Amino acid sequence: MAITRADVEKVALLARLRLSEDELVSLTDELSQIVGYVDQLAEVDTDAVEPLAHAVEVHNVFADDTVRPSLPREQALANAPSHNDQAYLVPPVLGD
Amino acid sequence: MSRIEQTANELLQLLNQGEISAVELTQNYLDRIAVADRQIGAFLRVDADAALARAADIDSRRQAGQPLGKLAGLPVAVKDVLCDTDTKTTCASRMLENFRPPYDSTVVAKLKAADAVLIGRTNMDEFAMGGSTENSAFQITRNPWDLDRAPGGSSGGAAACVAGGMAPLSIGTDTGGSIRQPAGLCGVVGLKPTYGRVSRFGLVAFASSLDQVGPLANSTEDIALLLETIAGHDPQDSTSLDVPVPEYTSALDQPLEGLRLGIVREHFAEGLDPEVETTVREAIKVYESLGATVKEISLPHSKYAVATYYVIAPSEASSNLARYDGVHYGHRTAEDCSLVEMYCRSRAEAFGPEVKRRIMLGAYALSAGYYDAYYLKALKVRRLIRQDFDAAFEQVDLIASPVTAEPAFKIGELANDPLSMYLVDLYTVSANLAGLPGISLPCGFSKTGLPIGLQLQAKPLAEETLLRGAHMYQKATDWQTKRSDRV
Repeated sequence: MAITRADVEKVALLARLRLSEDELVSLTDELSQIVGYVDQLAEVDTDAVEPLAHAVEVHNVFADDTVRPSLPREQALANAPSHNDQAYLVPPVLGD
Repeated sequence: MSRIEQTANELLQLLNQGEISAVELTQNYLDRIAVADRQIGAFLRVDADAALARAADIDSRRQAGQPLGKLAGLPVAVKDVLCDTDTKTTCASRMLENFRPPYDSTVVAKLKAADAVLIGRTNMDEFAMGGSTENSAFQITRNPWDLDRAPGGSSGGAAACVAGGMAPLSIGTDTGGSIRQPAGLCGVVGLKPTYGRVSRFGLVAFASSLDQVGPLANSTEDIALLLETIAGHDPQDSTSLDVPVPEYTSALDQPLEGLRLGIVREHFAEGLDPEVETTVREAIKVYESLGATVKEISLPHSKYAVATYYVIAPSEASSNLARYDGVHYGHRTAEDCSLVEMYCRSRAEAFGPEVKRRIMLGAYALSAGYYDAYYLKALKVRRLIRQDFDAAFEQVDLIASPVTAEPAFKIGELANDPLSMYLVDLYTVSANLAGLPGISLPCGFSKTGLPIGLQLQAKPLAEETLLRGAHMYQKATDWQTKRSDRV
């Protein structure tokens, strides 16, 4: 299926990627090619097939419900681009 | 500085007998890196002082007669995707250029506990996305057999450092072939374990249902030694398998009489380089001469493996990489803007083209209206691929195939053609989709002197059979002893 520039713009917003004009053009073309290749999956009859999300189907691995030390705040903040020693700092959530 | 020719097991013996110290050995490798890596570019960072200090500590503990770990004094290179508190973990991305992990990955912790000397961090495709290591944000890595050619990827640095004599042991990761393909293209041995055999805790996630950590080295014995060290259940990774780890090193040397080797009809088709085909078929004849019986089998859905993979892996990647938001860690834009704009700019500024492409592809496949047609469909085909293998392994113990359709390609050759680059994964992605262990080992050379690899695959948790099959072939041939003399 051909992917349009509008599709790419929509997905870029979903993926939180600000794409340049050049990137929008090249990705429209490249994604169309890749999705065109992937479209061959449509020919496989999968009507009676359950999806396989994980190669090793492990279910319900329970951990003991015990309190353990968590990452100290100082370490959790150490790699943050912006913090005030208490919390991560972010730009205003609601713009003007 | 002459190159160290011994395997890791041979070096370990020298260390244990006191014929060489860990400091001497580490210094030898550091000297080799100083010369060879200027041309190859396998390492992103080498901390010589830290490596020597660690080696000195091991030597003094050895002299004091204290118990030592199983790799005591052996240098090990680690792909820059596994967290290590002693160094940055960049994933070869601008996004994590300054990221310093707050904890060790389980694999790194096990290597430290085994008294390995962690000698450096190897280059890779950004976030392990790619097959040539050209997607690194920092540098190109060159194939030690031909410096104009790519080492493969994404663990290109991990394979090139072993092929270039700069480390006896190396840790890579494999999501669609990222250990086996570069091992094949660089003429070394590389093993992707069964999904869940090795903990993924502290491995920076690309596609969580496919990622697996594994060893690269010059011989199967070395692979067994390193796998033994890093494998095992980890409560920190709920997908790791709670199954005892066999002593892989002691299971290698057993005759192959009675071994059933499968050849997949669909593997020897259009697109396979004739030289690669001839070389792989020669290797299969060696197996017959060693007493294995060869049986042709069919994996009818194998032709859909790449398409299935390139829906599932990017979908998981787009979800995993949503964490890079410029808030908790990683790059944040310098622009003064609103929150959503900050996300969009930070990610656009710090991710390279292939990472963006995969995030976009995954976000598309998961988006409303396309989820059933792409993501869900791919999961169903994934089950059919797995069922093909289940049926095949009723008839055979191992499946032999090429690793790649062609030997190493030129740097830049596929860089502008993403789909052709994806198709390089043709023979390797199925193992990840089905969770199988696979190994790539040298089985010959092209006329132009490029290594050609043989891939063996086994059923889940059959690493012992896999290693035995690889080892007995290596005993009967000498391909794994060949070293490039270009650098």
